Amino acid sequence: MKILVCISKAPDTTTKISFTDGDTKFDTNGVKYIVNPYDEWYALVRGLELKEANGGTVTTVTVGTAEDEATIRKALAIGADDAVRIDTDAEDAFQVATEIANFAKTGDYDLILLGKETIDYNGSQVGGMIAEHLDQPFISLASKLDVEGNTATLDKEITGGVQTVKADLPLVVSCAKGMAEQRIPNMRGIMAARSKPLKVEASSSADKLTSFVKYQLPAPKSAVKLIDPENMDELVDLLHNEAKVI
Amino acid sequence: MSVLVYIDSSGDKIAKNAYEAVTYGKKLGDVTAVTNGKASEGDLAELGKYGADKVLVDRSFEGIDDQQLTKLVATAAEKTGATTIVFSNDLVGKAVAPRLSVRLNAGLVSGATDLPKEDGTIPVNVFSGKAFGHVKVSTDKKIIALLPNSLQPEETGSEAAVEEFDGNAGDSRVEVLDTKLPEGEIPLPEAELVVSAGRGLKGPENWGIVTDLAETLGAATACSRPVADTGWRPHHEHVGQTGVAIRPNLYIAAGISGAIQHLAGVNGSKVIVVINTDEEAPFFKAADYGVVGDAFEVLPRLNEAIKKFKASN
Ligand SMILES: Cc1cc2nc3c(=O)[nH]c(=O)nc-3n(C[C@H](O)[C@H](O)[C@H](O)COP(=O)(O)OP(=O)(O)OC[C@H]3O[C@@H](n4cnc5c(N)ncnc54)[C@H](O)[C@@H]3O)c2cc1C
Ligand SMILES: Nc1ncnc2c1ncn2[C@@H]1O[C@H](COP(=O)(O)O)[C@@H](O)[C@H]1O
Repeated sequence: MKILVCISKAPDTTTKISFTDGDTKFDTNGVKYIVNPYDEWYALVRGLELKEANGGTVTTVTVGTAEDEATIRKALAIGADDAVRIDTDAEDAFQVATEIANFAKTGDYDLILLGKETIDYNGSQVGGMIAEHLDQPFISLASKLDVEGNTATLDKEITGGVQTVKADLPLVVSCAKGMAEQRIPNMRGIMAARSKPLKVEASSSADKLTSFVKYQLPAPKSAVKLIDPENMDELVDLLHNEAKVI
Repeated sequence: MSVLVYIDSSGDKIAKNAYEAVTYGKKLGDVTAVTNGKASEGDLAELGKYGADKVLVDRSFEGIDDQQLTKLVATAAEKTGATTIVFSNDLVGKAVAPRLSVRLNAGLVSGATDLPKEDGTIPVNVFSGKAFGHVKVSTDKKIIALLPNSLQPEETGSEAAVEEFDGNAGDSRVEVLDTKLPEGEIPLPEAELVVSAGRGLKGPENWGIVTDLAETLGAATACSRPVADTGWRPHHEHVGQTGVAIRPNLYIAAGISGAIQHLAGVNGSKVIVVINTDEEAPFFKAADYGVVGDAFEVLPRLNEAIKKFKASN
């Protein structure tokens, strides 16, 4: 089985968000990047488990610049066989998906696994876009994925519940909590990652359809109103008459 | 301007976020709504109240297969000549809108929180609610996926004309084996009131005071990540950066410290009430109302106060 896992980087979850250049750019000064948690914990690890059970290969693909290589090496340390970096700045989901789809067309992958969203831009766009480019089914927000022969069975989140579905490979799957357990890379993995192939491919200059022109921080919250713990009638009164939420 | 709004009618009734999407579309132009499945003519005509002139319904297929729905919406967009297509950014919208973006070569803005600004840019939530970004779309055709609970549905019109139509949706390549919808529970992403608790509750045996309050309020229940990870509560209740992101009208958090990853999933709530023994807990900085006190005493007291309020209103 040939598995392709889409890996993106994201600012560490504790990053203080600020902007520069007249609020037109995310301030990356001092920001520590990690592998986007959904890509690492769920997509990559489930890909590795499927490979361990059924044989095959796990390749990672990243659209990004040389700055992405530290996070790509982390994915290799966790166990991916090889990595591909498509050499361009990732600026727009449509662009990223087109680049990945163009690359995937050359490789006959049985499964393309992604995270459910990037934790910086929270777009949840790339997976569906890749699937449409490749005319494949897209199973979004999967919390379980099993493959037998040429058929995959999955659990996916739907509004208010869970659906179990079945589809033939090839498929695009976005991965959410439940899919797998996080794996911490060991020393051997980290050493091995250094010599694993990380291939840089030229970009196909895909179109960008959207751009961020400005950012804004939310208006600061006014100070909290403290309520006497003995007096919950007052809280109820405030929620009804002042906040008007009950 | 001709606006097309996709409506998910796969549930028993049309959800509030569909009315939000129609209301949003109406503020941009003349709205046609499109859907599939078996929703009753009356329920569909109801969309007229929120501003839809017409509802196109394809009764040849049911379900939420994203390949079929993409073709359906694309066919409707061509038929109506719509230049803006609006989705609710719920789980169906998140699967269909990106596909449609590729199919129509139309820029997609997902997670829009408001109407386009004067310069045409559209505000979205980024960094898990820690900031807003303004997105410019460079194509003439635009797709906007509206974050649920970003605006209130407004009743402006009367009944919409409901028209049967063939969306050329083709067959589904995904077979649905089973659908589990827990009964009686209010789905967290849709809940307007949420009661949530964290490690401060000490153990799963103490959750009665949380569920009692939720029941009195008609609220959904939620929890912090360690609570779900240790199996005190089911995984679908976990809110935050790596769990569900919610934006209810009221979020009550008891015994939760307010770590930045937790806040990322709840900071879109309109009103936040925090109950914590530690007055230094970081959550108080994000709260509208705070109670410095023991959840084991405060939650039951709040429950009684709400019962009293409900009885007299
Ligand atoms: C990459 C990453 C992603 C994460 N994603 C999430 C996420 O999505 N969601 C999430 O929630 N967390 C997430 N976390 C974990 C997060 O950092 C915190 O560890 C977690 O939210 C803490 O949970 P808590 O507030 O329940 O527990 P604690 O931090 O232990 O806080 C318990 C609180 O209860 C109070 N308390 C104790 N006794 C009482 C009492 N009797 N009455 C009232 N208050 C009391 C204490 O003062 C304290 O403030 C993530 C962490 C990482 C590293
Ligand atoms: N630049 C990128 N390179 C590779 N994969 C990406 C990139 N950006 C996003 N992805 C993948 O697409 C998923 C969804 O991202 P998004 O649509 O941006 O929320 C992520 O979890 C990644 O798996």
